[in-house]
Amino acid sequence: MNRIDQRFAQLQATGRTGLIPFITAGDPSPDSVVPLMRALVDAGADAIELGVPFSDPMADGPVIQHASERALAKGVGLAQILGWVGEFRKKDENTPVVLMGYLNPIEIHGYAKFASEAVAAGVDGVLLVDCPLEESATIKPLADAGLHRIFLAAPTTHDARLAALTREAGGFLYYVSFAGVTGANRLDLAPVRARVGAIKALAPALPVAVGFGVRDAASAVAIAEFADAVVIGSALVEHLANSSPAAAVTTAARDFLAPIRKALDARPARHAA
Amino acid sequence: MLAKPFDTAAAAAAIDYANYPDEHGRFGDYGGLYVAETLMEPLAELREAYLRLRQDPDFIAELDRDLKHYVGRPSPIYHAERLSKKVGGAQILFKREDLNHTGAHKINNTVGQALVARRMGKRRIIAETGAGQHGVASATVATRMGLDCVVYMGAVDIERQKINVYRMKLLGAEVVPVTSGSQTLKDALNEAMRDWVTNVADTFYIIGTVAGPHPYPMMVRDFNAIVGREARAQMLEQYGRLPDVITACVGGGSNAIGLFHAFLNDRGVAIVGAEAAGDGIETGRHAASLAAGRPGVLHGNRTYVICNDDGQITETHSISAGLDYPGVGPEHAWLKDTGRASYVGITDDEALAAFHELARSEGILAALESSHAVAQGIKLARDLPKDRLVLVNLSGRGDKDVHTIAAREGIAL
Ligand SMILES: Cc1ncc(COP(=O)(O)O)c(C=O)c1O
Repeated sequence: MNRIDQRFAQLQATGRTGLIPFITAGDPSPDSVVPLMRALVDAGADAIELGVPFSDPMADGPVIQHASERALAKGVGLAQILGWVGEFRKKDENTPVVLMGYLNPIEIHGYAKFASEAVAAGVDGVLLVDCPLEESATIKPLADAGLHRIFLAAPTTHDARLAALTREAGGFLYYVSFAGVTGANRLDLAPVRARVGAIKALAPALPVAVGFGVRDAASAVAIAEFADAVVIGSALVEHLANSSPAAAVTTAARDFLAPIRKALDARPARHAA
Repeated sequence: MLAKPFDTAAAAAAIDYANYPDEHGRFGDYGGLYVAETLMEPLAELREAYLRLRQDPDFIAELDRDLKHYVGRPSPIYHAERLSKKVGGAQILFKREDLNHTGAHKINNTVGQALVARRMGKRRIIAETGAGQHGVASATVATRMGLDCVVYMGAVDIERQKINVYRMKLLGAEVVPVTSGSQTLKDALNEAMRDWVTNVADTFYIIGTVAGPHPYPMMVRDFNAIVGREARAQMLEQYGRLPDVITACVGGGSNAIGLFHAFLNDRGVAIVGAEAAGDGIETGRHAASLAAGRPGVLHGNRTYVICNDDGQITETHSISAGLDYPGVGPEHAWLKDTGRASYVGITDDEALAAFHELARSEGILAALESSHAVAQGIKLARDLPKDRLVLVNLSGRGDKDVHTIAAREGIAL
């Protein structure tokens, strides 16, 4: 069983809301990635999204753009990132790892080659921002190898597409809370609640994670009202970027995530669907 | 080097090029819709609106009127007799897109897309620009329709195309400098996409070349295909026959596909695209995606891209901002693979030499982008007998480049 499915089954059984931090692989420094992943798990992460930096991150706002540029300037690439996941896995058999990024690095690496290397390293899912459902045949080798293909749904996604997405989704559906790029501050809860409700009506068993615009404990708790998991990206990346040296980074990660975990756990347990 | 129109595989010979892209926006393996989920419905709406409009007699009549009375179409085909004599080979003919209103082929596309935008009820136009020609052409049509206009332009390009930046401001557009990445055209396109994803409800994104997700490569091609349709008819009328070779510069590829499209099924016409070889392809400082790149995914479509072994798009170089782009329209990628067209590199120096040659022999100042096509046209003509016809797309005029050329040649204006 894929670790993502296992983890969501556990969350559901215990009535907890999933907490999924996003970091850009290689930022603030290549050395800090594995310790950072461990620190995030210690502070309560249920899964980790590891951003694969790309030179042209069309869907990202300035914070993740700059993190990607910094990582690329240090020569971070796919092979190195898979190496980090492998190292992380040596001491953590359970926490799912999702790689998030854009198609071209994987296209150039080769889909089949990437798929087998990623599975061997211990990657569980892949979210490719510029590979919508219509083009997902492109990444079929990833699914064939056992990786979950995580799809996005957005406020502009109409019901017919939503139904198709819920049918094809692997692991969980990632709901983008507003039309915009990562890191913008445009969260408006009512429409998000309504759309997550629409997804739940279509596919009651499919976990839904909500991301974009979750910045702190308050926004995470508000989203936990109706979502199975929250994803926190830009706010964390920004926090980490402001906290060198490397030793301080893991502390900064814990300081950032632990209060959010605590606030989520202070909520009454979610009802099993 | 000529494409070999009679020497293609049987499969390629059977292709009806008028039927592409398919309904998914694919040209063979290229093209498609590689964008974030948020843009999928808006792109579907655009596709449906455009497919409807392109068959709507009212829309077609309105577009034709604008092209005739506002743009100044048809543009002439001009026989460069003095240049041809100097070169000493085939006859060189120019399709004079430089004579269009605003000075380049770009206006053919923006007039069309602005009409689509208005019919879709959008009130705000955004565009990316490299040389500034597309930005100027977008600002022009936006102000004429009373729409707001924001143009994204790389900070490096703003520096080398100052005149066009000021032209856009005179036309009421806001020019936003883009300082991410290489600060050129590709980054301007990224930033425009980010704006679009954020403001998609009321904003129309006028992409300036045959790149981007479906339906852009098709729609932009269709609006520029008037160039080749006119040229084909003009050739038959003025010379009683089709040209032997046609050539155009290729940045994203809109002026080139505009000229090529009407000739794709004329297998006797050889087709050659001229890409920017910058300092020379062997130096790595170039923007020749087809001649020196590889298939990849960038800006919403699969096409040839210039990237490293990690799949990161690498910096390109060309003296002409409009060709300084690491991707290329997917239809060109397909034409390369089917063998229907060939793509070669022209260096900065070759383009500059052609610029001067054309200026002095014919009294035409060509854009630096177009000068790449002129250089390629001269090369092709040199190897052919005098009774052959080489048709070159003169995509734009050089006024915008006067400063760049002066600076390059150490002259203070
Ligand atoms: C005069 C001129 N020609 C050619 C180009 C290149 O674009 P495309 O390859 O889309 O025709 C530009 C772009 O700015 C231009 O201004």
